[in-house]
Amino acid sequence: MTLPAFKQPTAEAYDQAAEPMPSYLLAQTGFSSWLNTRDHKRIGVMFYVAVLVSLMLGGVFALLFRLELLTPSRTIMDAVTYNRLFTWHGIVMVWLFLIPSIPNIFGNFILPIQIGARDLAFPKLNLASFYVYLLGAAIVLTGLMLGGTDTGWTFYTPYSESTPTTLFPVVFGVFVLGISSIFTGLNFIATVHMLRAQGLHWNRLPLFVWSIYATSIILVLATPVLGLSVILVGIDHVFHLGLFDPNVGGDPVLFQHLFWFYSHPAVYIMILPAMGVISEIVPSFAHRSPASYNAIALSSLGIAFIGFLTWGHHMFVAGISTLDAGIFGILSMFVAIFSAVKVFTWTATLYQGEIVFSTPLLYFFGFLFLFIFGGMTGVAVATQSLDVHWHDTYFVVAHFHFVMVGGSVTSFLAAAHYWFPKMFGRMYSERVGLLSATAVFIGFVLTFLPQFLLGNAGMPRRYYSYPPEYQWLHVLATGGAFLLGGSVILALGNLLVSLRYGPPAGRNPWDSRSFEWLTESPPPAHNFEQPPQLDRGAYDYQLTDEEAYVRTFPR
Amino acid sequence: MYEPSLGEQFDSWERQSDTLRFGMWLFLASELLLFSGFFVLYAGYRAEYGPDFVQALHSNTLAYGTANMYVLLTSSFTVALAVWEIRRGASRRAALWLGVSALLGVGFLGIKAAEYAVHIREGALPGPYYHFHEAATLGGNRFYTLYWVTTGAHAIHVTGGIAVLLWTALHALRGRYTPRDHARFENATLYWHFVDVMWIFIWPIFYLA
Repeated sequence: MTLPAFKQPTAEAYDQAAEPMPSYLLAQTGFSSWLNTRDHKRIGVMFYVAVLVSLMLGGVFALLFRLELLTPSRTIMDAVTYNRLFTWHGIVMVWLFLIPSIPNIFGNFILPIQIGARDLAFPKLNLASFYVYLLGAAIVLTGLMLGGTDTGWTFYTPYSESTPTTLFPVVFGVFVLGISSIFTGLNFIATVHMLRAQGLHWNRLPLFVWSIYATSIILVLATPVLGLSVILVGIDHVFHLGLFDPNVGGDPVLFQHLFWFYSHPAVYIMILPAMGVISEIVPSFAHRSPASYNAIALSSLGIAFIGFLTWGHHMFVAGISTLDAGIFGILSMFVAIFSAVKVFTWTATLYQGEIVFSTPLLYFFGFLFLFIFGGMTGVAVATQSLDVHWHDTYFVVAHFHFVMVGGSVTSFLAAAHYWFPKMFGRMYSERVGLLSATAVFIGFVLTFLPQFLLGNAGMPRRYYSYPPEYQWLHVLATGGAFLLGGSVILALGNLLVSLRYGPPAGRNPWDSRSFEWLTESPPPAHNFEQPPQLDRGAYDYQLTDEEAYVRTFPR
Repeated sequence: MYEPSLGEQFDSWERQSDTLRFGMWLFLASELLLFSGFFVLYAGYRAEYGPDFVQALHSNTLAYGTANMYVLLTSSFTVALAVWEIRRGASRRAALWLGVSALLGVGFLGIKAAEYAVHIREGALPGPYYHFHEAATLGGNRFYTLYWVTTGAHAIHVTGGIAVLLWTALHALRGRYTPRDHARFENATLYWHFVDVMWIFIWPIFYLA
C-alpha cells in the first residue's frame, strides 16, 4: 500500500499565509501521518515515547536488583537472575536511553528551530534513524529476554565469548542502534553547517547547538568502532574464531582498547547534550547572557576532542604500562578542566542576574552539585594509584552514576520541563515540578552516596552477596532507588497530566531570548511563519524587547 | 516523467547539492573509522606476532590481491568517467559507465571468491578451523582470522557498492540527474571510490610486506 505523498509548502507559502498556520500537532491528523512524517518535531516526539519506555524498563530492572541487594544473601532472586538484571539495566540504560535521550528528542525538536531552519538537512534519514532505533531496540530486548545475557553492558572478553547465554542478537542489536546514532549525528552536523538562518554566524550559534554539534562528531566517528568491536565479539561467541580469546592467541585487552575507544567518548555523548541543556536554562532563568559564550562553546569541542584520547583510563589494571596509564590519566584530567570552565561560567552567569526560580533552574542546582561531585571523583579515579584501590568497586559505580544519572538524567528532566511549553503548548504544574525536582535530588543522593562509601570499603561491583557489615549502606541505597524511581514517575506524570490540563503557554513563557521561543508554541509544521533574519545573538539580554524583536524579524 | 524536487528545507539547488555531498563525506568519515578498527586489530596482533605474520603473509597469493587492486582501480576510473558524463548531461553514457564499474566490481568479487576457494582447500581458515601447513603458527592463525574478517567486511562493502551503482545507473537511465542536480549520483561514485581506497590499504597489509 502506498500512501499519498505530503505536499510540502514552499518558503513563499509562508510569506503569503495570512492566517496563523496550524501547529505541527494539528497540521496533519491520523496515525499514519505520524508514522510517515518527515517533520523533525514529530520524529522527536516519537523518540520521546520510545526513549521513555526504555527509561522505565531500565529503571524497573534496577529496582529489582536493588531489592535483591537488601540482604547479604538471597532476597528475591538467584545469582543468575541477578547477573542478568544488572546486565539488562546497563544495556537498556546506556544504549536505549542515555545515548539517544537528549540528542534524539530535544536535539531533534529544538535544534532546527534554534538555528531558524525549516527541518533537518535529511528528513528521510531522520525518520530512518527512528525506525532503525526501534529495530535495534527490538533485537536487543528480544536477545536479552529470551537469551538471558549476563555479561554486563561492557561485553568484556573472554567471558563474553564463552557465556552459555545468548550474545549475538544483543550485540547485533547494539550494532543496529549504532547505525541509528550515526544517521542522527550526521544529520545534525550537516544541518548546523548548511541550514543556519540568515545572519546566524557560528559565533551566534545557541550553546545547545554547540553541544549537540560536538556530540554528533563523537556519534559519527566513535560509533562505527564500537559497532565493529561488539559485532566481532558476537561473531567470536558464535563461531569461536578467538579474535579476542587467549586460548588461540587472541588478546582480550585489545577488545578493551577498541571498546573503550568508543565507549569512553560515548560518556561524552551522554553528558555533552546535558551540558547544552544547562547552558540554555541558566541564561533563560537568570535573564543574563552567559558569563562567557566562548568558554562554554569551545569547552564543548574541547571535551569532544580530548574524549577520544582518554579511553585507557578504564584499563589501569588490565596490564597496560604505568607510563601509558599516567598519560591516559593526565589526558583524562583535561576533561575536568573543560568541565570546570563550564561550571564556573554557569555559576558566574547567575551572578547579578534577574533570577526566576522555577523547576528547570532547580534541576540545574541539583545538577551542579551532583555533577561537581561526580566530576571530582572522576579526577580521583583518573589517578592510577587511587584507581587501583577503587577499580571495579562500587566507588566507580557511584562515580559514573553521579555523572550519568546526576548529570544526564537530571538535565534530561530539566529539558523535559524547560521545553515542555514549546513542544506541547501548555504549562505544567510548577508546584509539582519543584517538588519532584527536590525528590529526584534526595532520592539520587540517597542511592549513590552510600555507594561511594561501599566502594571505598572494598565492596566490588556486580557481586550478588556481601558481608553483613555492608548491609546498612545497601539498605540506604535501595531505599533511595525507590524514592528516585517514584520521583521520576511524579515528574513525568506531572508533564503527562499537563499535556491535557495545563494552561496554554504562549510563545515565550520564560521570557527567554533564545531563538526557539520566537515561534508559536507548539510550532507550526515548518517552524516559522516567516524565516528569521538574525542580527543578534541568542542571549542578548542587554537589548530591550523592541530591539531584540527588530533584530530578529526586520521589516 | 520524473520531476526533481527541491527539499523544502533548502533555499536553493546549490545548497541542496552541497548538503548532500557534505553528508556523504561525513558518512565516509564514519566508514573510515569502521575500517580503522580492522587496521588497529591488525597492528595490535602484528606487534605481538611479527615474524609469524611475515611468514603467513608470504604464503598468501600475491597475484590475486594485485589483480583485484587493478580491477578496482580501473573501476574507479570508469566511475570518474561516469561523473564526467553526468556533468555534461549525458545520462545514458553515465549509466553505461556505472554499469561497467559494477561489472568490474562483480569481477573483483569473482576473483575474491576464487581466492577464498584456494584458502579453504589449503585450510587457511579462521580460528579453530585453521590447519594451514605453510604457516602453522599461532600468529599465522591470527593473520588469517583477521584476513577473513577484514576482507569479508570489505567484500560486503563492495557488494553494497555494486547495488548502489546499479540503482544509480537505473535512475540515470530514467533521466533523474541533470547537470544542475546530480549530487546523489556523485555520492554513489564517492562511495565506490571509498571502497576502492580501502582495498589500497588492505592489499599491502595482507599481501605485500
